[in-house]
Amino acid sequence: MSGNGDTVNIFLSGVGGQGTILASNILAEVLLQAGYDVKKSEVHGMAQRGGDVTTHFRYGSKVYSPLIMEGEVDFLVSFELLEGLRYVNWLKPQGRVLLNNFRILPPGVNLGNVEYPDAIGETFRKHFKDSVWIVNGHDIARELGNVQVANVVLIGALSVFFPFLEASQWVGALKGLLPAGLHAINIRAFEEGRNAVGAR
Amino acid sequence: MKRMMQGNEAIARGAWEAGVEVGCAYPGTPSSEIMARLSEYEEVHAEWSPNEKVSMEVAHGASLAGGRALVCMKHVGLNVAADPFMTISYVGVQGGMVIVVADDPGQHSSQNEQDSRQWARFGKVPMLEPSDARECRDYTKTAFDISERFDTPVLLRSETRVSHCDSPVEAGERAASGMERKLDKKQVPKHVMMPIYARARRVLVERRMQQLEAYAETECPYNVMEVNDPSVGFITSGVSYLYVKEVFPQYSFLKLGMVWPLPRNLIREFFNQVRRVIVVEELDPFLETEIRAMGCDVWHGKDLVPSIGELTPAVVERALSEAVTGREPGPVPARVPIGDLPKRPPNLCAGCAHRALFYALKKLKLFVFGDIGCYALGAAPPLSAMHFSTCMGASIGGSYGAGKVLGKAGLGKICAVLGDSTFLHSGIGPLMDAVYNGGYSTTIILDNSITAMTGQQDHPGTGFTIKGEPAPRVDYEQLARSLGVRHVRIVDPYNIGETIDIIREEVARDEASVILTRNSPCMLLRRALPKQRFRHPHYRVVEDACRGCRTCLGTNCPAIRWIPGEGMTRNGDTRKGRADINAEQCVGCAVCVQVCAFGSIEPLGE
Repeated sequence: MSGNGDTVNIFLSGVGGQGTILASNILAEVLLQAGYDVKKSEVHGMAQRGGDVTTHFRYGSKVYSPLIMEGEVDFLVSFELLEGLRYVNWLKPQGRVLLNNFRILPPGVNLGNVEYPDAIGETFRKHFKDSVWIVNGHDIARELGNVQVANVVLIGALSVFFPFLEASQWVGALKGLLPAGLHAINIRAFEEGRNAVGAR
Repeated sequence: MKRMMQGNEAIARGAWEAGVEVGCAYPGTPSSEIMARLSEYEEVHAEWSPNEKVSMEVAHGASLAGGRALVCMKHVGLNVAADPFMTISYVGVQGGMVIVVADDPGQHSSQNEQDSRQWARFGKVPMLEPSDARECRDYTKTAFDISERFDTPVLLRSETRVSHCDSPVEAGERAASGMERKLDKKQVPKHVMMPIYARARRVLVERRMQQLEAYAETECPYNVMEVNDPSVGFITSGVSYLYVKEVFPQYSFLKLGMVWPLPRNLIREFFNQVRRVIVVEELDPFLETEIRAMGCDVWHGKDLVPSIGELTPAVVERALSEAVTGREPGPVPARVPIGDLPKRPPNLCAGCAHRALFYALKKLKLFVFGDIGCYALGAAPPLSAMHFSTCMGASIGGSYGAGKVLGKAGLGKICAVLGDSTFLHSGIGPLMDAVYNGGYSTTIILDNSITAMTGQQDHPGTGFTIKGEPAPRVDYEQLARSLGVRHVRIVDPYNIGETIDIIREEVARDEASVILTRNSPCMLLRRALPKQRFRHPHYRVVEDACRGCRTCLGTNCPAIRWIPGEGMTRNGDTRKGRADINAEQCVGCAVCVQVCAFGSIEPLGE
């Protein structure tokens, strides 16, 4: 369907407050520097209050629509398990999946009215086999001393799938988007994320 | 060098490059980032105004003194600013004046869905509509030129998928406007819109529209015809162009960057160049109606393209694939059965003062007239403590008006609830009305010291300007008293019992009263150190003490969850379950401690 055959579609999902926007900003910066046209779209506002958040991210030689079509996602990156499962059918059959092994319970589950789906990682593996990577982003971030950097752990993991980009380009983009005081911990988070996938 | 810019940032950049001197806005999703970004340029006086009407008037004053001015709002903001807008069209400008209005098709963050293109036709004002960030920058700069050349305010229409989409922009330099700064007393017939002068301006406005149409035909660089496969031609604009281009790239396009007035000859020329024409636009059939009125034979438009909600490439494909290609789009196969997943609606933050207040309102069983802000989340279950919300400030007028019908029987049963920013936006007028005309409404102002829902913008009650500089601070208590409110009460919403007592007392009073929350800053407002007011950082549920009554769950705190049937009670019965507090999310507000009848919640680690 795509106007240009080479457009790559990345779909990021998570929960408001998880830092998905910073993650997509880093991704946009490195791909722009690599010479691609990039478009990304996200909804702000109500979603900040713990609602589900998504980013449509597209790059290629020339990108028109800022929105991805259902069934056309090349790479699903989810910062939260349930929010990954919610968009599983947006993936192409040969799509790849990066999941943060972390659950944030929605209100209905907290209240005991509905159950949080179990074995989400297994569901993905059943359908996408070896194209699923699961990272303990939250645990890694907590060990680093700040659970807020889980988003950058995920970006580190994602960076492994862009062999045409150097780690230094990612770190440069990260530094450009964060205040100096946060550079050290975020660079460590990025490296831990890279290792988490490399050591799979 | 190109860099990624959000559409809103690109509008701010374009305005700065165009030499804008004054920028005014009231925050509103999806427009809020424009003024926030413009305020980062030190050459510009940027401000959060109390409301959009004020923004519009301040920007116009700046324009008449020779400065370029930008005013930004969401679609419903232009309803508030409509009064000055409609007559500024007559008065015109000195320095260029550009009005950005950001629509929200699909109502991601809005109480209604409006197509702001109607304002251009209604107000007889030109409108540009960009589709991505580069165009946001370019069109904004051009809009200032059009404004000065044709002596008109210019509308720039954005929307959620333009304002909140990032794409590469080549940033340019600032060129200061050469306009002389002065006010001209000789311009009374142009600047004083009493009937005798306004009638003359009315004629000039029509003449201006004709000149603008000529500009749209021949000069405007943003009305572009791309003739490829001539079997189908699309007339479209804004982000809709990108969706259609994505789905049907091989066909012909007339992309209208200027959506009012329309280049009628260019449109006719496009009909000559292609065999059949489809009009694709979000929301109303604005272009389609005009083009049909020209006598042109539109093949398809709103007969196939939805007029409700936002378009996407998938919606465009579903609507038009069969007509254009003769093939129905195949359904997207749901390869992985996922069933009904738990929904994740937005919720009040852990520790939010609104949670405590709405819990109190629920206990009092009041009919609550609510308003626009985070606290609208108080309408959702399990809090379910808000029963009305239409537009900014409407809570006060609504509850006062209802009281006039309910009479004494309504005493003690209704109240109005709104935030500090919303109160300053448009709550003062209805409060004055309730006092003046003998209403008994009680207005509860939830002062969280910021405009919260739109992402932490300052206002005249916060003590800071948009640039973070100290500013005078509205004293709500004095303000209410000056309007004639005799009973102004201060409550600490985190003290639920006392809050309930005070509200009960005031809603029973047969005159207008005001309750202000104090020491209740937004949990996301870092400078107010919101967590420092809490005595303990976290709480925990004492397992054996919890009776599983679920009362604490009724506060809808994101840190509290239900753990079903674990273990036995002291009497040897199977437990139905118990509450549990997630220490990573708990901030120690102790609202749950107060609602627990069994003393089962205690500070963690003590």
